[in-house]
Amino acid sequence: MSEAFSSKNYLRDIRFPFCAGCGGTTVATCFLRAVHELGHRDLQGFVFCSGIGCSSWIPSPHFKADSIHTTHGRSIPVATGIKLMRPDLDVVVFGGDGDIVGIGLSHLIHAARRNLDITVIMVNNMIYGMTGGQVAATTPLKTKTTTTPYGGFERPLDAVHLVVSAGACYAARSTTAHVNQLKEAIKKALTTKGFSFVEAVSQCPTAYGRRVGFKNAGEMLLWLKKQSITVEEAEKLTEKELEEKIVVGEFASRRHPSLTENIRAMSKEAKRR
Amino acid sequence: MAKQLSPGMHFMQGNKALAEAAIIAGCRFFAGYPITPASEIAEHMAKRLPQVDGIMIQMEDEIASMAALIGASWTGAKVMTATSGPGFSLMQENIGYAFMTETPCVIADIQRAGPSTGQATKCGQGDVMQARWGTHGDYASIVLSPNSVQEMFDLTVRAFNLAEKYRTPIILLGDEIVAHMREQMSVPPLEEIEIIDRRKPKPVDESFFGGEEVPPMPSVGEGHDVAVTGSTHDEFGMRFTADPEVHRRLVTRLVGKIRNNAESLTDFEAFNMDSCEVGIVTFGSTSRAVYKAVEMATESGIKAGFIRLKTIWPFPEKPIQMMAQKAETIIVPEMNLQQIFFEVQRVVCGAAEVVSVNKIGGGEMLTPEELFYEIKRSVEKQ
Repeated sequence: MSEAFSSKNYLRDIRFPFCAGCGGTTVATCFLRAVHELGHRDLQGFVFCSGIGCSSWIPSPHFKADSIHTTHGRSIPVATGIKLMRPDLDVVVFGGDGDIVGIGLSHLIHAARRNLDITVIMVNNMIYGMTGGQVAATTPLKTKTTTTPYGGFERPLDAVHLVVSAGACYAARSTTAHVNQLKEAIKKALTTKGFSFVEAVSQCPTAYGRRVGFKNAGEMLLWLKKQSITVEEAEKLTEKELEEKIVVGEFASRRHPSLTENIRAMSKEAKRR
Repeated sequence: MAKQLSPGMHFMQGNKALAEAAIIAGCRFFAGYPITPASEIAEHMAKRLPQVDGIMIQMEDEIASMAALIGASWTGAKVMTATSGPGFSLMQENIGYAFMTETPCVIADIQRAGPSTGQATKCGQGDVMQARWGTHGDYASIVLSPNSVQEMFDLTVRAFNLAEKYRTPIILLGDEIVAHMREQMSVPPLEEIEIIDRRKPKPVDESFFGGEEVPPMPSVGEGHDVAVTGSTHDEFGMRFTADPEVHRRLVTRLVGKIRNNAESLTDFEAFNMDSCEVGIVTFGSTSRAVYKAVEMATESGIKAGFIRLKTIWPFPEKPIQMMAQKAETIIVPEMNLQQIFFEVQRVVCGAAEVVSVNKIGGGEMLTPEELFYEIKRSVEKQ
């Protein structure tokens, strides 16, 4: 490394608004370290899109870069408009599980299907944190939340499997308790041609942890570590045995023509006619 | 096909005229979702945009279409979508975002009979108020209303120019009749068509969200580190969600930049406007029957006149007040249940009797005979 990492190269002089112990800052650090290790000395050439929710505050307005803080769930289609008109820019979406697989789920599937060349980083804290701890599409079954006071009665969604099925070129899951792996996954996602997706399972001590019996963020991190098993280990387990587990690692790493490549080919054809 | 539609006479469908005008105005990005009676616009843009280095993408829904427009507009492109009532409802979320973030874009709403799915293939004019008040919060909209294939062309160019000039979403409120009819239209020599582009910041500029009525707009990827947000923000784009002054300053300016320019935005066609005994306030395809009805009235010795609104919002108060000074009666024919009527009543303020004539359903237009009957009846009452 020719130059030591300093977050100052990438951040505006504004403090993150996160609660003590929030995983958001960890994800931000992992991302910036990934960018640094890829040789970017600033964030020029990147555009960040985010929606509504705590993790949407990671890039906007904190990153010293162009950022568009969209309506709830619409960061991916806004990113689509940017990438189609400026394929030379690196477009990165940050969002929570509510943004990406709740209200904005169909946009995620279609971006993966189109193989839009962007990176989506989903910070999954398994809860609607900013609005006070309501059940999410990712909340484990039977969890007590402010809108499931007797315990949740819906199964959670596996976002990584979903984007793999939809056609993502890179898909990985890590947690805020595995910072090195998370950083490496982000590096791979950023250098993937085509749609890339990283799920960062994260802790929300305020709206989730304290309500389900964790004393602090540290306990939650230990829990994330304990529950995590690798893709390889998971292959040996039954569906029942996997129920409470967080499967971490790479789920897809492949090459398909991307949306912008396909559009370029179509444009040539249109002009020949 | 040529890069741009050639000057001269063309026989064309309204929706296609709109699409060709968009290309001439500089539109290079279209995102949309299929819907009757607007689909021909998307189809034509899909064919034409790749020929001029533009991009048309069919998104997964109208919410995503509006979102994609916003992203593309921030790259510096001129952008458009086209839809009808049900899709227009879905777009309202990001129309509000475009207003709040001052993102130029053009939304063509080709009206059909609503509410809800209504009568998908039949004409209606029921989106007049939605075009004005569709999204939540305090806002002001600019809404244009074409009544012919020629105006589907002319007002589309104007819509892009206004979007760029005022940095705001513009609603082009067509209807099924003007969208699907085919008639002659004339394209002027391209150098005679005024094209307005958004003002770009100078390298020293830092405030892109205030400081003046319409601030300059940077694009992403130009090194401005622009922070765009739908939350209340200061002139530098920084969020202030608790400070009442920042909110007042922002939203008052956003509404003001349209309200303060209401007079220059006003655009109408008039006949005997300030000398008629019976006046008609009309817009969109309904106005085509008004021309004939006024002719019939004139032939039978009645002094009838009309104001046809080409800009519906901001509402052209002054010309209507001028009409009310002389006219005893003002008739408001609409293919909806009194959406413009109450607005005319508000503006006229008792100076003339305002009469509503409506017809909804089945795409049936008000006929010249029906309107002539109303004109005669109001003269007899006088």
